[in-house]
Amino acid sequence: MGKTLSEKIISSHCGKEVTPGELVIANIDGALVQDGTGPLSVEELRKANMVMAAVPDRTVLFLDHASPSPRKELSNAHIILRNFARETGVILSEIGDGVCHQRIVEDYARPGDLIVGADSHTVTAGALGAFATGMGSSDVGFAMALGKVWLKIPEAFRVELTGSLSEAVYSKDVILHLIGSITADGATYNALEFTGPGATALSMSDRMTISNMAVEAGAKVGLFESDDSTREYLEEMSRGQDWKRMAPDPDASYQRTIELDLGTVEPTVSCPHTVDNTSPASELGEVEIDQAVVGTCTNGRIEDLRVAASLLRRRKVSDQVRLLVVPASRRVYLEALREGLLETFVESNGTVLPPGCGPCVGVHQGVLGDGETCISTQNRNFHGRMGNPKGSIYLGSPATVAASALTGRITDPREV
Amino acid sequence: MLEGKAFKFGDNISTDHITPGRYFHLRGDIEKLAEHTLEDADETFASRVSEGDFVVAGNNFGLGSSREHAPRVIKQCGVATILAESFARIFYRNAINIGLPVIECDTSQIEDGDRIQVDLDEGKVRVPEKQIEVSFTPFPDFMKELLADGGLSAHLQKNKGFKIGGSSDGP
Repeated sequence: MGKTLSEKIISSHCGKEVTPGELVIANIDGALVQDGTGPLSVEELRKANMVMAAVPDRTVLFLDHASPSPRKELSNAHIILRNFARETGVILSEIGDGVCHQRIVEDYARPGDLIVGADSHTVTAGALGAFATGMGSSDVGFAMALGKVWLKIPEAFRVELTGSLSEAVYSKDVILHLIGSITADGATYNALEFTGPGATALSMSDRMTISNMAVEAGAKVGLFESDDSTREYLEEMSRGQDWKRMAPDPDASYQRTIELDLGTVEPTVSCPHTVDNTSPASELGEVEIDQAVVGTCTNGRIEDLRVAASLLRRRKVSDQVRLLVVPASRRVYLEALREGLLETFVESNGTVLPPGCGPCVGVHQGVLGDGETCISTQNRNFHGRMGNPKGSIYLGSPATVAASALTGRITDPREV
Repeated sequence: MLEGKAFKFGDNISTDHITPGRYFHLRGDIEKLAEHTLEDADETFASRVSEGDFVVAGNNFGLGSSREHAPRVIKQCGVATILAESFARIFYRNAINIGLPVIECDTSQIEDGDRIQVDLDEGKVRVPEKQIEVSFTPFPDFMKELLADGGLSAHLQKNKGFKIGGSSDGP
């Protein structure tokens, strides 16, 4: 019987043909930790006397969650990672370089790779056809040291995308809509494999947004096939040699098939406090906002900033609203600078933050006040997520967030 | 046999409920971080829980971030086991990796404050006062071994690498 893309990739990393449910020890191609999870990985490795790296040129420590550091404890956490990088020869991604997941797709992930990261949104690199999955500090710490990890082979859902996106609808709306329908634990433990003509037509940036949020349905991975768009993207990143075609076998067996016509998706928002609590933006009624955020590993790419800027150009955000814009990486920041997008954001009375996770994790750069409401392009709206359990978070596409920043209330982008 | 008091929570308790991002700076000090365990689900939990008690929850416990600090703070509070209808994948892995047993079972009949007994080998949860008994599937061998060894780090040091089903796979 044919294999799913997940089974194919894991099989090639453990020297045998795998089947769902099986536990294996697999070799990894790359690993990442960040400043919130990495210090614990380092502590575990030091205690076990295993301060070493199996694949140092593809192991990256990211300073992105508290970046630049707002407190001495976090500055000290950064020192732990800088020292570990010096000792072992692994790569350090410094303050201002960007969010781990964006930098991984730009510079490291290759189709067919097996990548583990101590961050749940490691799944982003599934957009390139890499089996990339999030784990904890111990798992990833020991994977860095030994080059191996234990894995249970997941069952897979086949998500067949057809049709094309309507005007003012983006891949963020697609993934929010999908999570709304299958629920926040609808794919727990499973792999999501996106396929079909609708998937082929999506840009790489669109695919990254969808893969990024696979974990919000509980999935272990959100995989796209590696095709000509993947090749073009890698060439653009000066990594054309990293490309290879990756696809599931035509007769692969899936636990479930979900069909979605992209043309039926509307601008969609997730309401507090779970990602699957979705509603079309047009049906939400009057929801006033205090803060609007464009950026993060979900939607901080140049394509996202272009969409937001196109709505904000020569206009001012509502005087009730703080607009924060966070480019996902130094590369994106420079592109946005050269294209004049940052000028647009600043002129519209927005604030441009340095590349990194920005306010999404509630550490700094836009913590909500009591009773405040935010709409963000980020991936989570959990209770307390942005630093205050008395705040409320809505999720939407860059267009919905920009439109809402202009009106001061959650707004369908087709209205402005 | 484990015995203790149940602290009952609902569905979708996220890692942000368990160890909120606003305490990010305390991650280097697990004892201080643990003072805020489950604070955004129940502000009084950390001050009321005792050694050997149980966290009991509904569906999708531990969804969200990969932060291993989430099961670590719960363990630091003295919690013996977490029982839930279902767990988010990364949280489940992290708990096993740090040597904290997590049990998927029907928790609908267990109420906050119940005295409960858990037999990990037999796969039974009991509420003696209410004559309730619920079964669960015991852990697969590899996870049993990880837990018996005291978690991933101890397992790797003891076996000089991973060991699955009697075969060892060294570094």
